[in-house]
This record gives sequence, C-alpha cells and structure tokens, in this order.
Amino acid sequence: MPEGTLCNKRPVNTKEELQALLADKSGKTYYEEMNRLEVDPKVLQATLRRTFRSRFRTWLDMCAHCGLCAESCFLYLANKRDPRQVPSYKIQSTLGEIVRRKGRVDNTFMQAAMETAWAKCTCCNRCALYCPFGIDMGVMFSYLRGLCFSQGFVPWELKIGSGMHRIYRAQMDVTVEDWVETCSWMAEEYEDDWPGLAIPVDKEGADIMYTVNAREPKHYPEDLAEAAILFHIAGEDWTVPSEGWEETSLAMFAGDWEACRLQVESVYGAMARLKPRRMVVTECGHAYRATVIEGPYWAGIKTGKPPVESIHYVEWVAEALRTGKLKVDPARKIKEPVTYQDSCNYIRNAGLSKCARQIMGYIAEDFREMKPTREHNFCCGGGGGFNGLGRFREQRNIGLKVKMEQIRATGAKLVVSPCHNCWDAIRDLEEIYEVGVKWSFLKPLLISMVEVPEHLTPKDE
Amino acid sequence: MYQLVTGPLAWLSFGVFFIGMLVRVVLYIKGLDTQLDRVTYRVNVAYGLRGALRSVVRWLIPFGTRSWRINPGFTLVFFLFHVCLIGAPLFVQAHSILLKERWGFGLPTVSDATADLMTAGVVVAGVLLLLRRIALPEVRFISTAYDYLLLAIAVAPFLTGFLAYHSAPGYRFWLIAHILCGQIMLVAIPLTKLNHFALFFLSRAQIGMDFGIKRGGMKGTGMPW
Repeated sequence: MPEGTLCNKRPVNTKEELQALLADKSGKTYYEEMNRLEVDPKVLQATLRRTFRSRFRTWLDMCAHCGLCAESCFLYLANKRDPRQVPSYKIQSTLGEIVRRKGRVDNTFMQAAMETAWAKCTCCNRCALYCPFGIDMGVMFSYLRGLCFSQGFVPWELKIGSGMHRIYRAQMDVTVEDWVETCSWMAEEYEDDWPGLAIPVDKEGADIMYTVNAREPKHYPEDLAEAAILFHIAGEDWTVPSEGWEETSLAMFAGDWEACRLQVESVYGAMARLKPRRMVVTECGHAYRATVIEGPYWAGIKTGKPPVESIHYVEWVAEALRTGKLKVDPARKIKEPVTYQDSCNYIRNAGLSKCARQIMGYIAEDFREMKPTREHNFCCGGGGGFNGLGRFREQRNIGLKVKMEQIRATGAKLVVSPCHNCWDAIRDLEEIYEVGVKWSFLKPLLISMVEVPEHLTPKDE
Repeated sequence: MYQLVTGPLAWLSFGVFFIGMLVRVVLYIKGLDTQLDRVTYRVNVAYGLRGALRSVVRWLIPFGTRSWRINPGFTLVFFLFHVCLIGAPLFVQAHSILLKERWGFGLPTVSDATADLMTAGVVVAGVLLLLRRIALPEVRFISTAYDYLLLAIAVAPFLTGFLAYHSAPGYRFWLIAHILCGQIMLVAIPLTKLNHFALFFLSRAQIGMDFGIKRGGMKGTGMPW
C-alpha cells in the first residue's frame, strides 16, 4: 500500500519526522503525496465496528432531513445559503457514506471528506441546539476527523500539531527548559514594576496550578507576565508546573486520540505531582474543552472529571471580582461600547456564559450583547483548527463574515475575547473586512483597571 | 379480506410494532458507551436525569426552544401533525369500540367531530410538510425518495380513514385500505426512521445527559435549549 514519506498513516513521533514536515513549505509535497495515498478499507471497517455505536448510528439513521440545522450553521449562512453547507448534508455525504459503504471508499472520497471535516465544520456544536432530535453533527465531525487522521487524510498543519504534542507535550516546540526559562525571564522583566512578583514553578500544595497555551510562552510571553501580575494583585497562592503546563490540544483538532490522551495525562501528571487545590486554565477555549471537559475520558477517569477541580480563567476572574480579590476602579471601566465573544468551547460546551456576563458587569459601562448570544452565539469563524489551515484559508475568510456582521450590529468598538482561537479570528476579520474594532483578552484590560494595593506598588527610591 | 386484515395481519403488524420497538430501544441503550460517547451515564446520574428531562420536556413544548421559536410556521405545522397523528388513532371512538369488542377494555375517547378534525389535521399538516420539503432549497436538497415515502406512509391511514368515515363511495374499500395503511405504518415504525416514535425520547435524553453531565450541566447551568 503506497504511502508518502510525509503524508502517510503513521503519526509523527520523532523530531526528525517533524522537521521533515516543517521543512515542506505549506505542505506542498505533503499534499502531492496525499493524492497517491491509498485508503485501507479493512482498517476503516474494523474501526467502525469497534467505535461506531448506537448514538451515531441513530443520529445518522433518524435524521428527518427537516433542514432546521441549516440556519444553525454559520458556514451555511456565510456561504449564501448553499445547500451543500447544510450540516445534515455534510455529515450524511461523508461519515454517512463511509458507514453505508462499510469503509470501502477511495482517495478522492477521503480528500473530499477531509475538506468537509476541517473546512465545512468547526465542531462548534451549535447544530445540536437546533435539531429536534438533538443530533450533534459537531461530535460526529470530530469522530470523522479521527477516521480521516487514521488514514492519513489530515491537513498538514494538524499532522504537525499532533506530532508536536506527541514529542513536546505542547502544540509548539517549547521544551521544559524553554518554558521554565520564560517564566523566570517574565518574572524578572516585570519585577521592577511589581515588587515581589514571582512565577513560582513546581510549588507543591499551592491553591492554584496555572496552565497555559504554548503560544503564550512561545509568542506572547507578556500574557504569562500579565497572569502573574493579576494573581499577585489578587494575593493568590499559585504555581505553574515545569512539566504538564500545556493545556491545548491540536491533537483534538486533528482527531489523533492517542496524542490527546498523552497530552492530558501530562497535565494530570502535574496535578498528581504538585497536588494543587485546583487548576486554572488560561484564556483559551479549546484548551479548556480538551483538558477539562473531554480529557478525563481520554485518560479513562471514571468520574469524567479531572483529578483536581479545574476552572477556566473567566471563572477565576469572575470569582476574584466577586470576592473582592480584584477590585475594579470605577473610573477606569471601559467607556466605549464593548461586546463579548462567546467561545463555543467554554460557553456552549461548558456552561460558563454567566461568568462572562458577571465580568462584563464589573468592567464595562456599555456592554452590548451579540445577537444571538451566550450558548446560541455563533462560532468566531475560525474554531476547530480552521484558523490555522493554509489550504482552507479562503473558506475560513468567508466563514468570518457571520461574526463580522454580528459584531458590526452591536456597534461595539471593542470585542472582549478570552479565547485564543476567537482572538485570532477577530484579529483576522478586522484585517480583512475592516470593521473598525479592537479585540482583547481579559488580562490586559484588567491590569489597566484594577486597584493596586499600596504595598504592591513600586517604591520611589 | 376484512377477516384477513383484522385477524392475522393485525396480529402480525402489532407484533412487529411492539417487538420491533422494544428491540430498538434495548439496542440503543445497550449501544451507549461511556468511553466512546464520552458521557458518564452511570456516574453522574442525577445531573444526567436532570439534563435528560430538560432536554425532552423543552422540546415537547411548542415554542419551548429557540429552534421552535425562530421557525414559528414550521413549529405550528409540526405540532399539529404530531399531536393529531398520535391523538386521533388513540382516542377515536371507533378504535375504542374495537378494543372493547376484542379485549374487553376501551380507551378514553373524543367526540367523532374532534377525531375528524384531528384526522384532517394530519392530512393538512402532511401536505404542508410536503410543500415545505419541496419549496425550501435547503430542505429539498437533502430530501430523498425515502423521506417522501415515509410522509406518505404516515399520512395514508388518516386520509383513508377520513374517506371511510365520510362514507366516500366504496366505503368497504376505504375501510380495508385504512386498516392496511395503518398496519403498514405500524410495521414501518420500528423498521424505518419512523422509529423516532420512541428514539426521539432516547436521543433527546442522551444529548440532554451529554450537556447535563459533561458540557456545563455540572456548573449548575441548564442548557437554554
């Protein structure tokens, strides 16, 4: 069975393989090799027999083709109501067809399935709220991604991403040394402005174990400093683990379930080692979904919960504002119209919409909800890995239109976006469509408006 | 002919219906898997039940969910169709009399005029659903011959029953056609996606448990369907 050297059914497990993929600019050779990649129907069939159970079977069989899912899908709306973007059609023509043909599908089919799985669905799960039968096509597309991945039909960036998790236990090549060094560098960098500021590494028994998105140490280390400053002001007893600090999971976007398990086990391992009272996850949606919501299942934890209580950054902020650990100076609240981007992964799929509203009540004078909002809000347009796929960039840009219209309709000048994916999507939609909005995580906004206790301010010599 | 359709065929169709649905329900529940579905059905039971109940009940109430509210026309037709489709055969006096004759017990009944209206309701709603299926591009595109056939199977007993009741020419023909169509529908329920007769409740309960246990339910917020 012919397999490419870059595009094949084997996940990336060594640095050499990873380097070879990274050296293949934009995945040119990778995608050429994909054209010659053969499907192994027997393996597909065996996987279906093992994992395709009554929930999926019923969902696919019972769909009444009523079309109520159509308007629930932002990609259907963004693509001028193209019937080929109706979620029911998208899943029936891909996963449904694989099941009906008992895995006997060919290369052309799998490439089309790959495009549908990654460029026509962001696994935002909004359709599940609009189907009378509760058919969640996002869940099925995630499953389809797993099937595609196992056959080697996965976008280049995500093959790399899942390989990163397998090798570095992070979505980027950030080693333990890089990470620990970034922590001490950031603490030193900001120490003058914030006397006593520290980023404690591997402190046992702390109240909070803080975990991040690898992009933060790699590209935005100041985010880590901001987290430290806010914990410092709030007087929290906190730490970061030297290993198991990465919350994200490009492996989840890729459908590489084995890498998903490896990744979350590194975080759960840190919990076992450091025994914190609870874990706080940075401002990232899919990281929280992966490690807190889905992770326990990948790791085989019977309770379905992470080993220690785990909360998202918005939960911590809401709590800190509520309990007075962080106090907002009323004069410094956001004056201009501001809206909030509900991340699908921690709002619709984790129930944190109220925390977000509590925060906005504390920090904004003119908060404007998007329509629809909260659990019913639309995906930012770049979720599920869509933002990062060069091959599907054009489709992603079209997908951003729905969010662009939603934001425009609020009249807001600022979008608070405590999720890396959403943050990127809003940055990109501003670049492309020039709506005239700014976008921000919570941390810099909070630092600009919280009251700093006297003893934490720098003393003039 | 009448003996045949009300005798062996009746037994057969009711047998297929009850046993078939029982098998469907059992297989569905047996096929649920904590690890594969990633829902701890057996551990966080109270959260699961709460989520399941919310999910089923909200969707049984017209305009009880956002999806119903933003599609008011469809919602009205949908509920008219389903309420009449279940109500008319259960509560029509003729069926109750038959039951009493055969089994010695009847069911609560509605007046013949009400049953007649409900029967017409199924037919009218069925036609509207058909028109919707043809008229809306996003629905037409995903519709298959199977969908049209199932709609026909669901409406046929009511159309024939209506004609028989109103003593259309050839009463006996329409009566037997009505009984046969009803039996076809009974058999079709477990064997086709009309199985949503029961699986609607299970599927809704399952997604309710998913959100109720894993996706936010344990944070104390119920999904605002």
